[in-house]
Amino acid sequence: MPEFQRFSYDVLVIGAGGAGLRAAIEAAATGLKVGVVCKSLLGKAHTVMAEGGIAASLGNVDDRDNWRVHFSDTMRGGQYINNWRMAELHAKEAPECVRQLEEWGALFDRTKDGRILQRNFGGHRYPRLAHVGDRTGLEMIRTLQDHGIHAGMEVHMECTVLRLLLDSGRIAGACGYDREKGRFYLWQAKAVVLATGGIGRAFKVTSNSWEYTGDGHALAYRAGAELRDMEFVQFHPTGMIWPISVRGILVTEGVRGEGGVLRNSEGRRFLFDDIPDLYKDQTADNEDEGWRYTQGDKTARRPPELLTRDHVARCINREVKAGRGSPHGGVFLDISWIKERMPKAEEHIKRKLPSMYHQFKQLADLDITKEPMEVGPTTHYVMGGINVDGDSQMATVPGLFAAGEVAAGLHGANRLGGNSLSDLLVFGRRAGRYAAEFAKANGATSIDEQQLQATATEALAPFERGASGENPYQIQYDLQEAMQELVGIVRTEDEMLQALETIAQFRQRTDRVGIVGNREYNNGWHTAVDVGNLMIVSEAVTRAALLRKESRGAQFREDFPNKDPEWGKYNIIIKRGPDGAMLVEKRAIPPIPDELKAVIEEMK
Amino acid sequence: MATQAMFRIWRGDPEGGAFQDYVTPVEEGMVVLDAVHRIQAQQANDLALRWNCKAGKCGSCSAEINGMPRLMCMTRLSDINLEMPVIIEPMHAFPVIRDLVTDVSWNFRAKLTVKPFKPRSPDAPDGTWRMQQADVERVQEFRKCIECFLCQDVCHVLREHRKHDEFIGPRLMVYTAALEMHPLDTEDRTKDLRDKHNIGFCNITTCCRQVCPESITITENAIIPLKERVVDRFYDPLKQLLGIL
Repeated sequence: MPEFQRFSYDVLVIGAGGAGLRAAIEAAATGLKVGVVCKSLLGKAHTVMAEGGIAASLGNVDDRDNWRVHFSDTMRGGQYINNWRMAELHAKEAPECVRQLEEWGALFDRTKDGRILQRNFGGHRYPRLAHVGDRTGLEMIRTLQDHGIHAGMEVHMECTVLRLLLDSGRIAGACGYDREKGRFYLWQAKAVVLATGGIGRAFKVTSNSWEYTGDGHALAYRAGAELRDMEFVQFHPTGMIWPISVRGILVTEGVRGEGGVLRNSEGRRFLFDDIPDLYKDQTADNEDEGWRYTQGDKTARRPPELLTRDHVARCINREVKAGRGSPHGGVFLDISWIKERMPKAEEHIKRKLPSMYHQFKQLADLDITKEPMEVGPTTHYVMGGINVDGDSQMATVPGLFAAGEVAAGLHGANRLGGNSLSDLLVFGRRAGRYAAEFAKANGATSIDEQQLQATATEALAPFERGASGENPYQIQYDLQEAMQELVGIVRTEDEMLQALETIAQFRQRTDRVGIVGNREYNNGWHTAVDVGNLMIVSEAVTRAALLRKESRGAQFREDFPNKDPEWGKYNIIIKRGPDGAMLVEKRAIPPIPDELKAVIEEMK
Repeated sequence: MATQAMFRIWRGDPEGGAFQDYVTPVEEGMVVLDAVHRIQAQQANDLALRWNCKAGKCGSCSAEINGMPRLMCMTRLSDINLEMPVIIEPMHAFPVIRDLVTDVSWNFRAKLTVKPFKPRSPDAPDGTWRMQQADVERVQEFRKCIECFLCQDVCHVLREHRKHDEFIGPRLMVYTAALEMHPLDTEDRTKDLRDKHNIGFCNITTCCRQVCPESITITENAIIPLKERVVDRFYDPLKQLLGIL
C-alpha cells in the first residue's frame, strides 16, 4: 500500500498565483496554520503573464471614476449575467487592494504628482488600470510572494493534486504527490481554497501556460461542487501568430491602449466599420478622436480597437475569412505609426511596452517600433468556473472556497481586461478571510483512508501499462485540436455534438494511458493527470455551450447569431450526477437589487 | 534551415547520468524548447524539464545550451549551428533532480535571510504615498527579474566555489538592491550585506549581467552601488582615521 506523507492545516490553499497567494496571506494573518500547494515553483504561476494592469477606480487620472462606473462597466462587459454581488464587491474593494500591494512593496508607474498611474483599457470608461509597463502580473506575483514568505505559510512546491477529500459532505483536505520524488502527500484541512486558474490548455492556440489544465474545475466537480458559465471562454483578439512555435502568446491590449491600431491587408481600420449599438455612444467615430482618447483627452471617446475582446476577436476572424488577412493568417497591429503623432515615438514605445518590444524582437525578429505586428485570436481566459457565494467565495461543498479564474461569476459572459488581476486580489482576500472563519467555526475533519488508498492506486495504474498504453501527450494534443476546431470562436450545434462524441472516445483512451519510466519528476505522469482534468472541463464547456442557444459575450453560435433576452435571465450550471454523468441545467439569475439596477441605468 | 537536427540532452539523476542523442525535425521560427518538447512527446515521454509560459516571462526553463546558461524558450534554433549536435544540460550551480531539472530550493531559502520591505509611514492622510516616476524606474529595472537563476548558475562564487552557505549570489543582490533603493523602504541591510551575505566575494566579473535574459545591469546598477554603501559605512578612510585619533 502506498505511503502518504501527512500534513495538517487549518486552511489549505491550492494554487500559488495571485489569488492563491492573496488568500494564503489573508488566512495566515488570522494566526491559523496555512499550507499552500502549487504546481510549479513559487512565483512562476500564470499570473506572471498578465501584462496590462489591475482595474481599480482609484480616480488618479480621471476623477470622474468611482466604483459605480467600474461596476456598470463590468456588468455591461459581462452582458448582465454576472453575479452582481461579486461585481459590486469587486468594484468597491479593488482600490483598497491595489493600495495594499503598494504597502507591500509593489512599484507602479506614477502620475506627474506622484500617485499611481492608470491606463486605458477595453471596456473601461475611464483610465483605470494601475500598471507597471507591460509586466504588471510579474510585479503583482513577486510582491505577494515576497510578502507571503514572511507571513507564516508552508509552501509545497511542484506538487500534483489528485483529489479533494470529503468528510460527510464537508471538505476534509486534498491528496496528491510531489513531482520531485513522486511521493504521495495528504494535506488534511478544515477549509480548502482552490485558486488553480483556468483551462486554456484545452485548446490548441492559447496564451496560457502548461499549468492551465482546469485542475481546480475538475477537482471541485469530482467533489460534487457546481460549475457555472462554462460556455464562456474568452478568445483574446491579439495573440502572436508567427512564427508558428509562438502562436498564441499574448500581445497585450496595452498596445491598443497606447494608441496601437488594427488594420487589414488593405490598410483599413476595419473596426470602425462595425461598432455594436451598446457601445456606439462611447466609441470614437473618427481616427483623430480615437488617438486623442489614448493620449488622455477627456473629451474624446475611445477608439473601436478598445471595444470588448469578443467583438474585436470576431471582427479579426471575419477579416481573415474574407481574405483581407495578413500573410500568416491574422491582421496587422501597428503601434509604430504613432511616430506620425509624437516625437521620440520609438523610445516611448520601448518604455511603455518593454516586454512586447522584447518578445517580438527575440521571438519573431521584428521591431515593433518600426513595423506592424501580425496578430490573431488566442484562447485566453475562462469566465466560467466554480459556482461560489458572492460574499464568501464558498462553493456548494461546505468548506470549499474558490477565487480567481477558477471561480465563476464576476465576469459573466465576458471579462474586461484588467478585471482579472483585481479579481485575484479582491476575491483572493475574501476567500482567505472566509476560509479562515470557516476553519475556526468548524472542528477537525477525519480522512477516509479507503478513498486515499484508492486514489493512489488509480494514480499508479498507468505505470503498469507502460509503453503499451496510450501516449498522454498525444491524447492532449488530439483533444486540443478537437476543441479548437469544434468548440472554438464560432460554434454550431453539429460541431459541438461531434465534439462530445470525440471527447467520449478520448476519455476511453485516457483510461488506457501508459507511462514509461519511474515516478521521479516524470512529466509523462503529470500530463496523464492533466489530461483527465482537461476531459472534464472540455465536456463541461461543450455541454454548456450547446445548451445556450444564443450568442452572448464570449460565446458566438453561428446557428443562433443573436442575443436572446430570455437567455439573459439564466446561468448554466453543471454538476456531477449520482451515476457519474454530467448534469447540465439552466438556473434563473437572482433578481438584482434596485439600487444596483439604478447604478446601471444611470451609467448607460 | 536544416530540416532535422540532433539534440544531445543530459539524462540522469543525483547518482549520475549521461548525454543521449535525439534527432527531431526542425522548422523555421522554432526555439530550443520546441525541439525538446517534441522529443519529449515522441521519443522520451519521461524526459524531465521545467517550463511554464514559453515567452521568457516566468524563468522556469533555464538550462545550459552549448555551454551557455539560457532560457530554452528564448533561444532560437536559427541562432545555433545545427550542423553540430545541440548540447543541453541542466544548470551546474544546483543539485540535479532529474534530467534538466535542478533543485533550486536554496534560492528560496536564501531569500528569507534578506530583511523584508519596511515602508515609511504614508505621505497622505488617505494612507497613500507619493513617488516620482524617475525614482521608481531605477528600482523597476531590478523588479523585472524573472528568477530564472541563470545569474546564480554562472556566478563562479556559487558554481565553482560552492559558497551557497555564505554568499547570496547575484539574484539576491538584485533583490536586496531593489529593497535598499525602494523609495519607501526604511530598513537597513548594509551590515548584513557585509557580514551575512558576503558581498565582498563578488569580484565584478559581470558574468551574471551577461547572461541575464531580462538585460538587468546586475553588476553596475545593483551590486556595485551596494558595495559602495558597504564601503561608505564600514571602510571610510577618514572615519577610520578619526576613529584612531
